Amino acid sequence: MSKHHISTTINGEPVEFLCEPQETLLDVLRNTLNLTGSKEGCASGDCGACSVICDGRLVCSCLMLGVEAEGHSIVTVEGIANGDELHPVQRKFLEHAALQCGFCTPGLIVASKALLDENLNPTEEEARYWLAGNLCRCTGYDKIIRAVMDAAAEMREEARAA
Amino acid sequence: MNYIVSKPELKAVGTRPVRPDGVDKVTGRATFGADMVLPGMLWGKVKRSPHAHARIVSIDTSKAEKLPGVKSVITAADLPEIASEEAFVGEGPMNFRDLSRNCIARDKVLYEGHAIAAVAATSQAIADQALELIDVQYDVLPHVIDVEEAMEPDAPILHDDLFTANVEPTPTKPSNIAKRVYFAKGDIEAGFREAEVVVEGRYTTKPVHQGYLEPHACIVTVAADGQAQVYSSSQGHFMVRAYCAKLLGWDIANIRAVPLEIGGGFGGKTLIYLEPLALTMSKRAGRPVKMMMTREEVFRGTGPTSGAIVEVKIGAKRDGRIVAAKEILKYQAGAFPGSPVQPGCMCGFAMYDLPNVEVTGYDVVSNRPKVAAYRAPGAPISSYAVESALDDLARKLRMDPIALREKNGVRDGSKTHYGPTHQNIGFLQTLAAAKNSDHWKAPLKPGQGRGIACGFWFNIGGESSGAVHINEDGTAAVVSGSPDIGGSRASMALMAAEVLGIQVEKVRPIVGDTASIGFTHVTGGSRVTFATGMAVTQASERVVEQLKARAAQIWEIPPEAVDWRDGAAYPAGSNAGAFEPLSLGEIALRAAKTGGPISSEVSLNAQGAGPGFGVHICDVEVDSETGGVKIVRYTAVQDVGKAIHPSYVEGQIQGGAAQGIGWALNEEYIYNNKGQMENPGFLDYRCPVASDLPLIETIIVEVPNPRHPFGARGVGEVPIIPPMAAVGNAICDAIGIRMTDLPMAPPKVRAALDTQALPKAAE
Repeated sequence: MSKHHISTTINGEPVEFLCEPQETLLDVLRNTLNLTGSKEGCASGDCGACSVICDGRLVCSCLMLGVEAEGHSIVTVEGIANGDELHPVQRKFLEHAALQCGFCTPGLIVASKALLDENLNPTEEEARYWLAGNLCRCTGYDKIIRAVMDAAAEMREEARAA
Repeated sequence: MNYIVSKPELKAVGTRPVRPDGVDKVTGRATFGADMVLPGMLWGKVKRSPHAHARIVSIDTSKAEKLPGVKSVITAADLPEIASEEAFVGEGPMNFRDLSRNCIARDKVLYEGHAIAAVAATSQAIADQALELIDVQYDVLPHVIDVEEAMEPDAPILHDDLFTANVEPTPTKPSNIAKRVYFAKGDIEAGFREAEVVVEGRYTTKPVHQGYLEPHACIVTVAADGQAQVYSSSQGHFMVRAYCAKLLGWDIANIRAVPLEIGGGFGGKTLIYLEPLALTMSKRAGRPVKMMMTREEVFRGTGPTSGAIVEVKIGAKRDGRIVAAKEILKYQAGAFPGSPVQPGCMCGFAMYDLPNVEVTGYDVVSNRPKVAAYRAPGAPISSYAVESALDDLARKLRMDPIALREKNGVRDGSKTHYGPTHQNIGFLQTLAAAKNSDHWKAPLKPGQGRGIACGFWFNIGGESSGAVHINEDGTAAVVSGSPDIGGSRASMALMAAEVLGIQVEKVRPIVGDTASIGFTHVTGGSRVTFATGMAVTQASERVVEQLKARAAQIWEIPPEAVDWRDGAAYPAGSNAGAFEPLSLGEIALRAAKTGGPISSEVSLNAQGAGPGFGVHICDVEVDSETGGVKIVRYTAVQDVGKAIHPSYVEGQIQGGAAQGIGWALNEEYIYNNKGQMENPGFLDYRCPVASDLPLIETIIVEVPNPRHPFGARGVGEVPIIPPMAAVGNAICDAIGIRMTDLPMAPPKVRAALDTQALPKAAE
């Protein structure tokens, strides 16, 4: 089986890779590109630990083939912070202790950022339904929801000040 | 030193700093089990049984071995046969022979998903292909899944050499009942004769999986001289080292186990599955081997906790005083003995001061995956039955359910039915906090129901090691042997910072590998903050003694004339002399000239873990059309002794409550008639998601545990105990129906509503 040559953009940088046609984007990220922040919790799109943003849309990278990344722009958890400056969602997760084991955290960070990119003023219910595709087994979601709502409030404040 | 009394104003302990491993986890840099690679590594995969119960007639691996890229193929024949020998892992019994046969089947497969062979190959695709080429011939045997069917005399027998322990006369026929457990106090018959009101019920629960998000994974490398490194995520790398050594017949000294970040465990990672297979293949192939389970393998091949049947009967006087309490518990152990029925037998009635008690438990094997510890193993099942029955009793007596528990609740000096007498406990304080909570006082909306339920867990201490090293600039490194599963590095740093008198940000805590720190038992039994915290505190105290001695040396006064406070040495009084204080940094800078590096390691076996009590309040709405239950408000109250890092204490309580709510409403193993699990994925095995839950309010009660320097008790296990009954009691309050079969999923609730409606329709 011959590999496909793929040109794509990952975290703002042009990236080329070779992949088998059956390899998922998650496999490529983790095994080929060494971007292991995206996690495999189920490989069936049920847990959200592999969440990435593809052209502004939140997707499970385990449900997308590597070859499908051709010509698209992918953001992974490694691309959420700006250098050593954390994204407000990342900072609020830390301040609110919204993580315990931390395995679901990359996916939740990506999913929360995608939510706030789309809706900077979500209700608690909207946040809960948006994040319903991201399983967390440690926290009971309480502190995650508080962190996301707090990040949204801070980002609204920044947007007003700007 | 005991800081509960001597240091009421704590500076670090009780604050909420950002956890030291936090940034790595929000940026994706943290290295979990499956994230590591080694040069030249092979991919290992496991072939698993499609049958629930079968004799292995033959395994032909020759075709797989010939496939290019395959470097090793192993079966049980490639591992030593292990004799029966009991080990203890912290949360339940473990027999090394069973563990070995659970890692790879020998003679028989005992459940669907039982490992039967493993391969290591140069790519995952080749490994997958090789698994297909392994030809296994099975003689399929009748199987048994249900616990009571497994107890029948004519049930298919899993183990020909298993005879029920602790029954008279000694059985002569093998049985699936591995063990009978029995506790009695007082005179149970007389107690029920005295009773004026009696409630009873039969409750069933399904096996539920710990559901840690990270599937089991490891990467190992074995050199030609037998020196092995194991990198894996587990709840105890010393456990990994010991179990691998035992199962392979290797010297412990030849194995170095390195803890990677662990993506959840909840008890399910207190044993091993992949590591001995990976080590065997790595040794054969002379290359590193990486193995990771799929989610399906996690469900089919690793431990859920028991499903069970519990019968409970409680008798009381009209004033609410309980005079007799009886419980019969039948717990599934999975394919090998070792269900948590014993703690189940202890915990159900442990919260109540009862004159006459009889509890009988059965540990029953059946053709399911071997159970593993799951958060307060055994207690949630038993308490679901007892706390539901107590709710029935309160209704029958027209008594407030908290008042009923206050009337019968244990206090210091209450003797349990299993022996020990409670001391320094905070159950009544926890009940009082629940009674005074906003939630309990708030009115319900029409159609809503409210329930409360309680939970008890022993918590344990045990062997732990902690080291504190003072760096040249006065910062500190704290090393412990406890894998950090929910924020324990933050707690270790806080306790060290408190004793040293420096900012917590100046303390870097890490988890040391088996060659870098003394033996430490698994992260389980809610023991880390208590036991490892004690080791770290004592190591910090010894460092402070050294720092005082160094200051004394610099000042040329006796060490007893030096005080340590706020991170600096002070002369103890005017007699000691007039010296400017010496900060930790200044002393550290002069360490070389005053005797060398300043550090200390403490290894201990901590005793006196204080038990924990929790009270949960739950409000529900029941959708009469769908039978769906919505949790609209939830409050968890718990005595934690002392919250070292309150945010992570709250997090433990909230997480435990959420898992309990999943157990109550959605989660279960579903089997077909061939004994195969039909829902081995997160779509059909339904863990709670964010939209299923409300915010979970927490109320922290602090009744100090005098055996811990800061008064801490274990926290993590208690909160999974009350939810099933709290939810069930709330449903009963809302619709007037007692749900006795978990999970209380929509079809069951809907069916119960339909049954309830029948007499009305006939009118």
